[in-house]
Amino acid sequence: MKESLIKAIADMEEEEAIKIARQMLDSGVDPWLVLEYSKEAMEVVGARYEKKEYFLPELIIAGDLLKEIGVMLKPMLKARATTSKAKGKVLIGTVAGDIHDIGKDVVSFMLDVNNFEVLDIGIDVPAETFVQKIKEFQPDVVGLSGFLTQAFDQMKVTVEAIKAAGLRDKVKIMIGGAIMDTKVSTYVGADAFGADASAAVKLVKAWLA
Amino acid sequence: MAEKSPKELYDERLKRVLDAAAGRVPDRVPIVGPFQKYPYTFGGITLQEAMNDYGKAREACHKFLDYFQPDADFGPIFAYPAKVMDTLQYNAFKWPGHGVGEDSMYQYIDGEYMKAEEYDDFINDPSDFMLRTWASRQFGALKGFNSMVPWRRFMWSGWMNFGFFASPEMRQTLELAMKAGEQLNEWWGSQAQYWGEIQAKGYPLAFAGWDWAPFDILGDTLRGTHNILADMRRRPGKLHDALEVATRIFIEYGSGSAGAPLPFTWTWIHKSTREFMSDSQFNEFYWPYLRRGLLALIEKGVTPVIYWEADFESRLQYIGDIPKGKVIYHLSNTDPAKAKAVLGNTVCLAGSVPNIVLLSGTVDDVKASCKNLIDTVGKDGGFIMDSAVMLDEAKPENLKAMFDFTKEYGVYR
Repeated sequence: MKESLIKAIADMEEEEAIKIARQMLDSGVDPWLVLEYSKEAMEVVGARYEKKEYFLPELIIAGDLLKEIGVMLKPMLKARATTSKAKGKVLIGTVAGDIHDIGKDVVSFMLDVNNFEVLDIGIDVPAETFVQKIKEFQPDVVGLSGFLTQAFDQMKVTVEAIKAAGLRDKVKIMIGGAIMDTKVSTYVGADAFGADASAAVKLVKAWLA
Repeated sequence: MAEKSPKELYDERLKRVLDAAAGRVPDRVPIVGPFQKYPYTFGGITLQEAMNDYGKAREACHKFLDYFQPDADFGPIFAYPAKVMDTLQYNAFKWPGHGVGEDSMYQYIDGEYMKAEEYDDFINDPSDFMLRTWASRQFGALKGFNSMVPWRRFMWSGWMNFGFFASPEMRQTLELAMKAGEQLNEWWGSQAQYWGEIQAKGYPLAFAGWDWAPFDILGDTLRGTHNILADMRRRPGKLHDALEVATRIFIEYGSGSAGAPLPFTWTWIHKSTREFMSDSQFNEFYWPYLRRGLLALIEKGVTPVIYWEADFESRLQYIGDIPKGKVIYHLSNTDPAKAKAVLGNTVCLAGSVPNIVLLSGTVDDVKASCKNLIDTVGKDGGFIMDSAVMLDEAKPENLKAMFDFTKEYGVYR
């Protein structure tokens, strides 16, 4: 059943996946295992995305499925000390003045699938909030997202605020968004830009290797 | 040499843009835009002021026009009327003073404004669905419309349904709608005044209509990005049926440009970038409907300007399947040389000066970028110079360099 659950999720068979998960629980399978298999399936989805077999629609459906299975499992999951397998921590958000979230969400999903601990602090995030959250969460990498051209200057302001708070040498900073490139990365004072979510994963992996 | 009259300048600019649009070799590479927020910055006002004080918006646009002298102008059309949006309680939008800062770009709030189970309502009678269900989701002021009876039921004794007009919600909605209408007419009056003024100065208007691809009509304002993308897998049949309806709406929307001096219907592309869908999804759900709509518009004498925002390199091989010399493809991140190689004999290309270069580069960087575009994409005509994406920020000297260099180096000899 493990294989069929993973296959159903990875192949986007939503109804089938939910049915199998339900059957597993009914037959007494540990809900933690169901969750673990679901996450394994997410890794398959992530890998297919990186190979350009899957695109945003499939990541969206996979995310929805995981959420739905999570809701189903929640009442059955007894608190259990999770052993953190995270390979590193990434803080991510869309800079102030910009409310676009799709790119940011995809990057969060892909980092999560690749076992990084991700804190997504949302959209329209002021520079001072980035600074405060960096202090609290202590990430290894900070991801700044933006879709509008006005995000160029807001990213610059955000990086400067991080620098002013004395945190710049504690984090790597990457930027992403439809119109971002290396010129923008240099302009805003980031370490790198990623053209898509796969590129973001590669950057983080390289930095935290 | 005697100075040219505004009429001569108008005709010269119009011909230049039309020649480039048709893939012919004009006298030089034209520069058209769209110039979105930048004219207000250049004119010394915030976007909030431009959206509230139409006189100031016109003044800023004139200042921009006089200084840069493009070959066609957009004027204050992108300074949406804040008062109207306020009156209608437009809750699918954030604008300066209403959710974003006084000089931030207004932005659309992506969301599910049509539920999955409402596909059939839209497919069967889109206007009825828009009026009685969708309107109040986007505009708080239009709640009264929810209590209407479908207008298709008004035949014979159907008029006996008119009681809903007397409900308190409907009265309020009608009052607000009338107020919004008056406010909107004031804004359009200001636009029309500006159009007259620039024609007298010798500038054609760069647009005659707006449009959105059939998939985006459904994705932007109805289902939302999350749902429309998932719908390609979850309910492809319904989506195809709705796309048929949306294609008719697309054609209706875009047709109004026919007969204008520059019959340009600007079509903003939103949900079909390489990240958002695979090539096969693009070729099943996006391109065939858009293409069919474009062919219908071309047939009516419209020149569609497709604003391919983002990277469309993998789609180039498909989107070239369109009649020669009839459309303009505006590019942002797509490699312009590759686009020219694939599409150059078929469509006029526009855009591609990176906005970051205009904002943070030097004058020489801008010139180098323009030179490269003129040499590669501009070779043998069929090219319009513009920034990669809509112009909001720039150093004035950089933007001036884009205009001056193009006017000098972009001459076809």
